Amino acid sequence: MRNLSILIAGVGGQGTLLTSQVLGAAAMKAGYDVKMSEVHGMAQRGGSVVTYVRIGKNVNSPVIEKGGADILLCFEKLEALRWIDYAKEDGTVIVNDQRIDPMPVIIGSVKYPEGVIEKLSARFPNVLPVKALDAARELGNIKVLNIVMLGLMAKNTDIPVETWHEAIRETVKEKFVDLNIKAFDKGYQMAV
Amino acid sequence: MKKLMLGNEAVARGAYEAGVTVASAYPGTPSTEITEFIAKYDDIYAEWAPNEKVALEVAIGASFGGARAVCAMKHVGLNVAADPLFTVSYTGVNGGLVICVADDPGMHSSQNEQDSRNYALAAKVPMLEPSDSQECKDYMIKALEISEQFDTPVILRLTTRISHSSSIVELKDREAVPLKPYKKDFGKHVMMPAMARKRHVIVEERMKKLALYAEETELNKIVWGSTDIGVITSGISYQYSKEAFGDASFLKLGMIYPLPEKLIKEFASRVKTLYVIEELDPFIETFLKKIGVNCIGKEKLPVIGEYSAALLRGKLLEEDTAGDNENHGDVPARPPVLCPGCPHRGVFYTLKKNKLTVLGDIGCYTLGALPPLESMDTCVCMGASIGMAHGIEKARGSDFARKTVAVIGDSTFIHSGITGLIDIVYNKGTSTVIIVDNSTTGMTGHQDNPCTGITLKGELTRQVDLVKLCHAIGVERVRVCDPFDLDEFDRVVREETSSDEPSVIIAQRPCALLKSVKYGGLVRVNADLCRYCKVCMRLGCPAIVDTGEGITINDALCGGCNLCISVCRFNAFEKAGDSNA
Ligand code: SF4
Ligand code: SF4
Repeated sequence: MRNLSILIAGVGGQGTLLTSQVLGAAAMKAGYDVKMSEVHGMAQRGGSVVTYVRIGKNVNSPVIEKGGADILLCFEKLEALRWIDYAKEDGTVIVNDQRIDPMPVIIGSVKYPEGVIEKLSARFPNVLPVKALDAARELGNIKVLNIVMLGLMAKNTDIPVETWHEAIRETVKEKFVDLNIKAFDKGYQMAV
Repeated sequence: MKKLMLGNEAVARGAYEAGVTVASAYPGTPSTEITEFIAKYDDIYAEWAPNEKVALEVAIGASFGGARAVCAMKHVGLNVAADPLFTVSYTGVNGGLVICVADDPGMHSSQNEQDSRNYALAAKVPMLEPSDSQECKDYMIKALEISEQFDTPVILRLTTRISHSSSIVELKDREAVPLKPYKKDFGKHVMMPAMARKRHVIVEERMKKLALYAEETELNKIVWGSTDIGVITSGISYQYSKEAFGDASFLKLGMIYPLPEKLIKEFASRVKTLYVIEELDPFIETFLKKIGVNCIGKEKLPVIGEYSAALLRGKLLEEDTAGDNENHGDVPARPPVLCPGCPHRGVFYTLKKNKLTVLGDIGCYTLGALPPLESMDTCVCMGASIGMAHGIEKARGSDFARKTVAVIGDSTFIHSGITGLIDIVYNKGTSTVIIVDNSTTGMTGHQDNPCTGITLKGELTRQVDLVKLCHAIGVERVRVCDPFDLDEFDRVVREETSSDEPSVIIAQRPCALLKSVKYGGLVRVNADLCRYCKVCMRLGCPAIVDTGEGITINDALCGGCNLCISVCRFNAFEKAGDSNA
């Protein structure tokens, strides 16, 4: 059982919270101790949202610190750049190749940085860009891009697929269970 | 059975297992979910009160009535509830009474960073502080026991990182606690001076007994490790300290008021270097200094913001740690914004256009202060907009009032705006108050409130009629208007601000995130018609994108509200396909 610190970053409304809940539930089922931390409130209105999930034999702090994340799971490029210092040197950075402009960019007071993926790859050996939005579109609902990403990430853990499915069934609203399981499987296969 | 639980959910579970039957609260991040989770238990009556003062009074009534009762609020809510708090300390309780208060170090979603531990000291009320979800549950149960054993209300203090972190909790069954008999008790329950003087003596005796209890209770525990470093800490700081100084010795305080003098002295005498690790104020440290125990605390650690293991290692061991967790270099910030389709967008667009001074309040609409809407001048506390509008008029004269409005949400108006409005009427003010009525309490995650006609338990109830209410307190000019009808809203704002009597505009349109809101159909830009005048950019809608060459709409974000269609003079916006919502 190895210790894993997973930082999930995204934009309010992209479903970071739900993702961490499924992840936490799956890890617990697999026998891990789990601590998670999330920030609500202001962040929900399209702001930057981050949740921390730490699993292991015995976890103290629910917070991940700079240089402490084994996996960075980012639903948007700029958010990957924002949290990049939190990844370990040999950490894995999974980033959804999607751009969502924050308000300062929209109103033209700053520019959205160019070449984000290249910048990330220059610093970290394991950067994995994914077209999760397209994958979610193919499934008929762009909202499940978060679970596609989770499926991708799941390959980095020793938690069996069936456990992930169970966690989804328990966490997601009933009418969305099938869709989310499909999204998870799609992500999981994309990782191969 | 074990379950991964949010701290707030575990607090609710504790209330359930300990046989609580009445809960009342006003929503406030990070405390809101406590009451939402409590409401899921059929055995507990749970409600949203109009404000925290009422919530505490309801809980006091239930406790006097013999039930175990809880109320919950964020730190600033305790300021509102401070009046009953200080006196219920004197009366004591009948059924156990616990007040949950959630502080917000780092101000993730608050207007200040106050340390509510100071209330325990000031109101002479014991306080417990859990450090993970299991303790959230256990301490809630313990707090109810202490409350009944010592005839005192007890405060359960949480912080954002406890309330909004999840960890594994062992569940037990609910204990049926019978309703205690209600007894009329003049000397204990009627706090007139003669009785209160006697009760104060009892309070002081109670605090002495509690101080002895603090020495014995398992809530305070020593975990011995190496005695080179000793750490006295509590709450989330315990977790950070464990991570930073794993092999040190710890005195972990679960009861943070009153503090155990002997236990602290004994622990201090057996370690070489003693650290006190606590976020915000030097609450524990001040006590150590008072009893003559030397320690290292705020001389090295900040009184501002959250801690982390890296911060502790950096400041105390002078290790070169990765450092400041808040600093993200020059990556463009992503501040929260009003949602696409948000009803408030029409309000602020109009206020900005009319160049009004806007005294603001607390809710989603506070975001109207940010660019590009930038049309809110102030935000102080719940309800402040109305009193401040009156004050600024009295300072600068009624001509200034012709260019001023107060903006307040429906839930905030009920919370503490009504009294301010009465002040305006009573004292001959002429302010214009805009109640932005979005039919919910948006910021904290869409709770119902007295204006929505639905209770926390999801039952239908009577709805506050804002128009009648304003009339009843003497406001004759009350207008109801849809803020998305931009021309009409603009006219109403001009008319009401220019009138020299008090007036209220109820800007009515439900929050775009409510399930009942169906805009249908996205909007797209017809490039042939767009003259790139950028007027639509003034709306601050996150779905409208300026590409540098023209305007486009991000169809992943557009809510289909049509507001951009109304502002565009060239009819460049048109309805396209299906909406995401
Ligand atoms: S939650 Fe509702 S009221 Fe709040 S910003 Fe979004 S649309 Fe507006
Ligand atoms: S783009 Fe227009 S229609 Fe769509 S949410 Fe924004 S203002 Fe409303």
